[in-house]
Amino acid sequence: MSQPHRLQTGGRIDRDRPLRFTFNGRTLQGYAGDTLASALLANGEHLVGRSFKLHRPRGIMGAGAECPNSIVQVGSGNATLPNLRATQTELYDGMEVRSVNCWPSVKFDLSAVNQLFAPLMPAGFYYKTFMWPKSFWHNIYEPRIRKAAGFGKAPDGPDPDRYDKHNAHCDLLVVGAGPAGLAAALEAGRRGARVILCDEQNELGGSLLASRAFLDGEPAMSWVDRVVGELAAMDEVTLLPRTTAFGHYHHGFVSLLERVTDHLGPTSPDERPRQRQWRVRARQVVLATGAIERPLVFSNNDRPGIMPASAVSTYINRYSVTPGTRAVVFTNNDSAYQTALDLADHGVEVAALIDVRPEIEGVLADRVRKEEIDVLPGMAVVDTTGGQRVSGVRVMRLNTRGDSVYGEGRTIECDLVATSGGWNPVIHLHSHPGGGMCYDHDIASFVPDQPVANTLNAGACSGNFSLDGCITEGFSAGATAAAASGFGSDDIEGEAPATARVREAPMRPLWRVPTRRTVTRSPKQFVDVQNDQTSADIFLAAREGYASIEHIKRYTAMGFGTDQGKLGNINGAGIAAEALGEDIAAIGTTTFRPAYTPVTIGALAGRDFGPERFHAVRKTAMHVWHEQQGALFENVGDWKRPWYYPQAGETMRQSLDREVRATRQSLGVLDASTLGKIDVRGPDAAEFLNRVYTNGWKKLEVGRCRYGIMLGEDGMVMDDGVSARLAEDHYHMTTTTGGAARVLAWLEEWLQTEWPELRVYLTSTTDQWAAISLAGPNSRKVVEQICEGIDFSGEAFPFMTWRAGKAAGIPARVFRISFSGELGFEINVPANYGQHVWDAVWEAGQPYGITPYGTETMHILRAEKGFIIAGQDTDGSVNPMDLGMHGLLSKYKDYLGRRSLSRSDAVREDREQFVGLVTVDDPAEIIPEGAQLTDDPNANQAPKPVPLAGYVTSSYYSATLGHSIALAMVKRGRERMDEIVHAPQADGRVIKCRITSPVFYDPKGERQNV
Amino acid sequence: MLYIKCPWCGWRDESEFGYGGEAHIKRPEDPDALSDAEWADYLFMRTNPRGSHRERWVHTAGCRRWFNAIRDTQTYEFKAFYKMGEEPPGGEQ
Repeated sequence: MSQPHRLQTGGRIDRDRPLRFTFNGRTLQGYAGDTLASALLANGEHLVGRSFKLHRPRGIMGAGAECPNSIVQVGSGNATLPNLRATQTELYDGMEVRSVNCWPSVKFDLSAVNQLFAPLMPAGFYYKTFMWPKSFWHNIYEPRIRKAAGFGKAPDGPDPDRYDKHNAHCDLLVVGAGPAGLAAALEAGRRGARVILCDEQNELGGSLLASRAFLDGEPAMSWVDRVVGELAAMDEVTLLPRTTAFGHYHHGFVSLLERVTDHLGPTSPDERPRQRQWRVRARQVVLATGAIERPLVFSNNDRPGIMPASAVSTYINRYSVTPGTRAVVFTNNDSAYQTALDLADHGVEVAALIDVRPEIEGVLADRVRKEEIDVLPGMAVVDTTGGQRVSGVRVMRLNTRGDSVYGEGRTIECDLVATSGGWNPVIHLHSHPGGGMCYDHDIASFVPDQPVANTLNAGACSGNFSLDGCITEGFSAGATAAAASGFGSDDIEGEAPATARVREAPMRPLWRVPTRRTVTRSPKQFVDVQNDQTSADIFLAAREGYASIEHIKRYTAMGFGTDQGKLGNINGAGIAAEALGEDIAAIGTTTFRPAYTPVTIGALAGRDFGPERFHAVRKTAMHVWHEQQGALFENVGDWKRPWYYPQAGETMRQSLDREVRATRQSLGVLDASTLGKIDVRGPDAAEFLNRVYTNGWKKLEVGRCRYGIMLGEDGMVMDDGVSARLAEDHYHMTTTTGGAARVLAWLEEWLQTEWPELRVYLTSTTDQWAAISLAGPNSRKVVEQICEGIDFSGEAFPFMTWRAGKAAGIPARVFRISFSGELGFEINVPANYGQHVWDAVWEAGQPYGITPYGTETMHILRAEKGFIIAGQDTDGSVNPMDLGMHGLLSKYKDYLGRRSLSRSDAVREDREQFVGLVTVDDPAEIIPEGAQLTDDPNANQAPKPVPLAGYVTSSYYSATLGHSIALAMVKRGRERMDEIVHAPQADGRVIKCRITSPVFYDPKGERQNV
Repeated sequence: MLYIKCPWCGWRDESEFGYGGEAHIKRPEDPDALSDAEWADYLFMRTNPRGSHRERWVHTAGCRRWFNAIRDTQTYEFKAFYKMGEEPPGGEQ
């Protein structure tokens, strides 16, 4: 249980609160305040996983979001979390941790044999190798590649954790609580602005958490504590530690992921959700996201124990962990000198400080030399040795142009290499909404250029790396943002703490250490460590003609990993510049996109999942009755509609046959409440309907109904339905169930944008009316029995009229319409009385064997009559002539879509036309809906593509007729009555079909007119 | 997620709105007077500017009203919101 690499004192860990955890089955100990990574390092565990492609040993590399390697699986069962980054995972008691991407174990990984084949797996290897044969991709290549290369394992069962979403508005959102972010929040908070300050770490302070700098003569964290204390006391300030701003969108919209209870572990009694997604709309955004140190690129630079210098300092200063016993520091700039001092001051031997700059001077260099550290100017690490841990570096002299190494090599033994190639501002969030960037030669990296509206960059993320500069920029950004939100002026009111400014010598940019042989023949120089992507891969991409950094990224998979190339991408751009012989400023970087770090699907979903919350469900007033009758339901739009009502022992087919026969022979009842209903009212209502329907509406008398179709302006059928004239200025319009919202929106659009002069008002009344549709020869007897005030005789109440009266004592509108071809009445009553009236209908219908039927029987009945369903028999490419609806096209007025009906394509003679089909060989065989039709009976054997004659839109077995029927669109179909077409099936069969009229039953319509 | 000012309801999230494409396209008074090509131009052809774009929005999850906006297609900045029937600020473009 000892922690051999833990220092006796110092750091931000609590030695009084030891925490036990297991790593690959071994029990280890860490302290409260540790990340999983720092606890592993305290126990001397560098090796945590294997690389993606080559399965090389990989250790903890970074100390935060940038770490490409430390990917582990935490926990077990359905609460297990795959692909957690150990550097950002807070340790809790009882944590179970396993390595991923290795088998049987991280120390002995059989797939490491991939390294022997590495020369065969360069960039683009997947694209080139796994192309052929095509069918192998899904069946062989992809599953095996996934098995070999996938990282963690997702659990199979439902996630036991809870997640939440929270919407918030503020004057100022500050992202990052380092020196710049704290100063910005303080300046704005003191003025009374509503401020949200978020930071991805467990404590506020940013880089100062691991710094030995002084502010106002005290350790920097004293200043942080004072500022955080003051902010916490402000009513209008919200502090959000453990909260990552992962996406920055337009107009100040920023998505945050707050890890509420992750750090407490799954057994914690805390009942708050695991994570919470914040959706913040900020008037002003200050990005104070800091910078990430980039490593130097040299051969075999991926061995465990090779880390960015700042990560080494963080482990020492913040976690009191020494990541090695004998270190080499390798740098091109001054910042790593502080790491050398951090190491030496904490008892770690620094074997050498290797600096690519030929001359080194300055305060930091003097202090390092005073520690008697061997400083080697003008040198570079060209290679490393080691197995599961680095054991030494090989050093050579670098020429002045930086393009070759020479002289006698020297080997230095070490178990830790701290490298620094300079710093990259974290410009991800600036870039998300389209912020521009430009190359800054002083820091050899990209900085924000073209600003995003109402967004400021402060501190290291704007390229200002000095502590005093960060704090000043923070105060300034806070003042500017607060002033823009109406709080005070642009002048800074707060006072920056005093800090000693260290003058730094200029850096020497170096994207990779030159190799003795050509880059492709040299030991691997890793650029994107997670994806095993090397400088040789970039040179290969350039040689194969890729010139854009975006293409090079995709060809090499650089930056594709869960770390999104936070360490490697700028080095990659520099190496691409070298390979292409261009300037890095011209090459640029790839586009940064959300999410900054991975976000759980749970946090994105919040509570909006499952059948109840993810999608609204609409039920009719009679829903419970249908359930009690054993109905099975079908989803139509958001509605649950009874599909059919199986009785004990019935097959679906037997149920449908029973429902169809009962309706044709006596009486069926359908819940038609879901049909879209729009109340159209106003002095110009008739004129309005005349414009949106193809047929004439002005002469329709009050009391009568009419069927109409609506077209898009492209002339294609959009929706259909029956509308009734209730009064001179009042219509009741019906639409298809699924089209109700779309039709209302369409009508509103025309009224508001094109015809504002029409005095017409539209109201959706779909939910207000319950509709009970009675069909069958006995339907009149039932309505006569339960209704008052209506004469139901054929003369007084003819087909396609409506009457007002009472049904079961409730005011009702009764429509004499039919979608089945039978005598039919549709009773509409206020929805709250739906069940009451339904019950009365049910009772009155008993002598006639009243039978409830669902959507499937409704479809069969209407198909027997050749009635279309818009959206099933039409698909947005069907015009009314195709359907044979010429009679519905008025010649005496304009209407939406009319002009399109005379376009050359609309009047083509070889268009597909609406017809019926019956099967020839087996009259009962049901052609699959969607089946393609051909003239060639041997289409399955014919050379592809086979010319198509049409396709099947609806298909059923008709119990009424005793054979199957189908509706179809067939080229020139109306000219082809009684001809044969073929429906070739996937299983090799061919169904022979005869073309018929789409009206199979009662072609004269006598049954509905009795 | 854009932030949009409905002329009737004020500032709301984009998720409350529907997009209606280019604004100020008048339905021809006499469609029969148009050639197929002219009708197709009205039906299908839209400008696709880099910069200021006059476009229609509808407050679907609010007051259900249509209105017009001028938006910079490059920066997504809204320059103006105005009601149906009103002249676009800045005159004809």
